[in-house]
Amino acid sequence: MTDSTKSERHPADAEPGAAAAPSGPQDPKTPAEPRSDSKVVRIGDRVFHSVATGSGVFVIALIAAIGLFLLIRAIPSLQANEVSFLFSREWQAGDPDNLRFGIIDLAWITVASSLVALVLAMPTAFGISLFLTQYAPRSLARPFAYVVDLLAAVPSVIYGLWGFLVLTPVISPVAVWLNTNLGWIPLFADGNIPVGTGSNVFVAGIVLAVMILPIITGVTREVFERTPTVQIEGALALGATKWEVVRTTVWPFGRNGFIGGSMLGLGRALGETVALTVILSATQEAPSYSIFDAGATFASKIALGSAEFNNNMTVGAYISAGLVLFVTTFAVNALARWIEGRSGKGKE
Amino acid sequence: MAKRLDIQDLNLHYGKFHAVQDVSLQVHARGVTAFIGPSGCGKSTVLRALNRMHEVIAGARVEGKVLLDGEDVYASNVDPVQVRRTIGMVFQRANPFPTMSIRDNVVAGLKLAGEKNKKHLDEVAERSLRSANLWEEVKDRLNKPGGSLSGGQQQRLCIARAVAVQPDVLLMDEPCSALDPISTLAIEDLIAELKKDYTIVIVTHNMQQAARVSDQTAFFNLRAVGEPGQLVEIEETGKIFSNPNQKATEDYISGRFG
Repeated sequence: MTDSTKSERHPADAEPGAAAAPSGPQDPKTPAEPRSDSKVVRIGDRVFHSVATGSGVFVIALIAAIGLFLLIRAIPSLQANEVSFLFSREWQAGDPDNLRFGIIDLAWITVASSLVALVLAMPTAFGISLFLTQYAPRSLARPFAYVVDLLAAVPSVIYGLWGFLVLTPVISPVAVWLNTNLGWIPLFADGNIPVGTGSNVFVAGIVLAVMILPIITGVTREVFERTPTVQIEGALALGATKWEVVRTTVWPFGRNGFIGGSMLGLGRALGETVALTVILSATQEAPSYSIFDAGATFASKIALGSAEFNNNMTVGAYISAGLVLFVTTFAVNALARWIEGRSGKGKE
Repeated sequence: MAKRLDIQDLNLHYGKFHAVQDVSLQVHARGVTAFIGPSGCGKSTVLRALNRMHEVIAGARVEGKVLLDGEDVYASNVDPVQVRRTIGMVFQRANPFPTMSIRDNVVAGLKLAGEKNKKHLDEVAERSLRSANLWEEVKDRLNKPGGSLSGGQQQRLCIARAVAVQPDVLLMDEPCSALDPISTLAIEDLIAELKKDYTIVIVTHNMQQAARVSDQTAFFNLRAVGEPGQLVEIEETGKIFSNPNQKATEDYISGRFG
C-alpha cells in the first residue's frame, strides 16, 4: 500500500522517477567498463546455453533412438509374418519359423478399456476441478488437491490387485445388471467370458479411470484456476449465478486444457501394463466387441509374453506390437499438447 | 430506472483489516457522482460494496446499509445476483467475453436473465451499442469476437453490455485508466449522455476527469497506511474543485497532498 501511495505522488513530485530514469539507459551505453563484465557473463551464458540445448537435444535423440530400435527389431519379424499384422486375430509368436501374429484383438481391448476409463474419468475430473477451483473453501481445496495428486503415486500393481481382489466382486453385480437390462446395446452384450467373472474391459476401465484421474484433474484444475478474475467479475456484475459464471468464463477458457489433459490421461491409459496384466483374464476366444470382453492389451500382451523372449524373431513380433503402442501414444500425447497449446492462444 | 442510492454508516472489513470506516453519502438519481482520493483510501471498495461485488473476495464483510430507493441491498431476503442485475458495473480493464461475438457480449446479461427471443435480443443489441456510441463502428461485424476490438472500443462494448440490462445504477471503476486520451474523451462524452437515463457512480484517479464528468464529488482519504479509509467530504463538483470545506481536500486537489 505504501508503494501505490508513492506512485500516485509521482506526477506531483517527479524526483524519484527522474533520478531513476537517466541511470537506467546510461548503464548499457557506457562501453568501457562493462565489457570485461559482459565477457564473464558470456562464458557462463555459453555453458548454460550448451547444457540446456544439450539436454533438449538428448531427449529428442533418445526418443528417436527408441523409435528406431523398435522399427529395426520389428521389420524382420513383420516380413516373416505369415498373416496380416493389422487384421489377424492370431498370436502364435513362439515358433520363429512359423510366425503368425496380428494385433486386431489387442487393439480392441486396449482402445476399449482406455475409452471406458475416459468416459468415467472425464466428468469426474471436471467435477473435481470445478469444485476445487470454484466452490471449495481455500482451506479445504489444498489438502483435497493433494489427496487427488496422491492417487498418481500409488504403484500400478496395487491398482491391479485392488481391481482384481476388491473391485471385481463389488462391481460384478452392476456388470450383470447392465448386461441383463441393456444387453440389447452391443457394448453391453455378452462378452467372450461370462459377465459375472469380472476380469474384463469393464473392470479394467474403471481401474484405469482411477489411475488417470489425477493427471486429468491436475491439468484441468490448473487451467480453471487461470481464468482471469476480470472475466469472472464481468460475468458476476451482469448478474450471473455461480454456475453461469462457470459456463460463460471458466469453461470457455479451460475447455482446451480439459480436453488436452484428458488426452494425456488417454495416453497414460493406453500404455498401462501391470494393473491390466493382473486384472484382465487371458482368453483366446474371439471378442464380441462388448465391454465385457476379456483378452490382452498391447502392453499386457508384451508383459505376459516375456517367457517366450528366447529368439529374435519372437521378440520382434512383440516389439511390432510395442511399436504400434509407441506410435499411438506418441500421437495422442502430441495431440494433447497441441490442443492444450491452443487454449493459451484463444485468450487474446 | 435510475434510482437513488443512500449509503448509511458503511463499514467494510477484509478479515481483520478494517478497510472503510463509517461512510455515509447520497448518490442522486440521474447524475454522476465521482469518488476521488489516494490509492488505498477505500473508494473502489465502497463502489464494490454497492452491488455486493466485494463478496467475491474471501473474508470481506460489510456493516451498515446501502439503500436503493429505500430498499436495503443487504437485507437478508435479497439475492446478491439480483442486486448485480439492477446495479451494473464497468471495470478498470475492459473485459468482454473473448469467446463471444460482439452481439452476444452485449446481450449476455439478458441471456443470463433468460431472454431467448432473437428479434428482441437483436433490438437490444443495437439500442445498447447505439447508446454506447459504438454502433456505427461495429454494425458490420457483430459476429466477430469481442476481443477483436481496440481497447477503447472494448470498454464501450462493456458499457453497452452493462446498459443492455437497463440497470438502475451504473458503477464505473476507473473506466478510463487503461485508455488513451481520445478513447477517454469518447467514454466521457458517453457518460454525459448516459446520465440522462442512469444513475452513475465513477471512481477515478484523474481529477480533471472528475471535474469534467461529475455533478457531485466525494473525496476519500486515510489518516495513515493501515488505518481505515474514510469519506472526507462530498459536495457539488464545482465547489469541491474551487472551494472545498476541508483542508485535506484542498491539499489533495492542488497536488500538495501528503
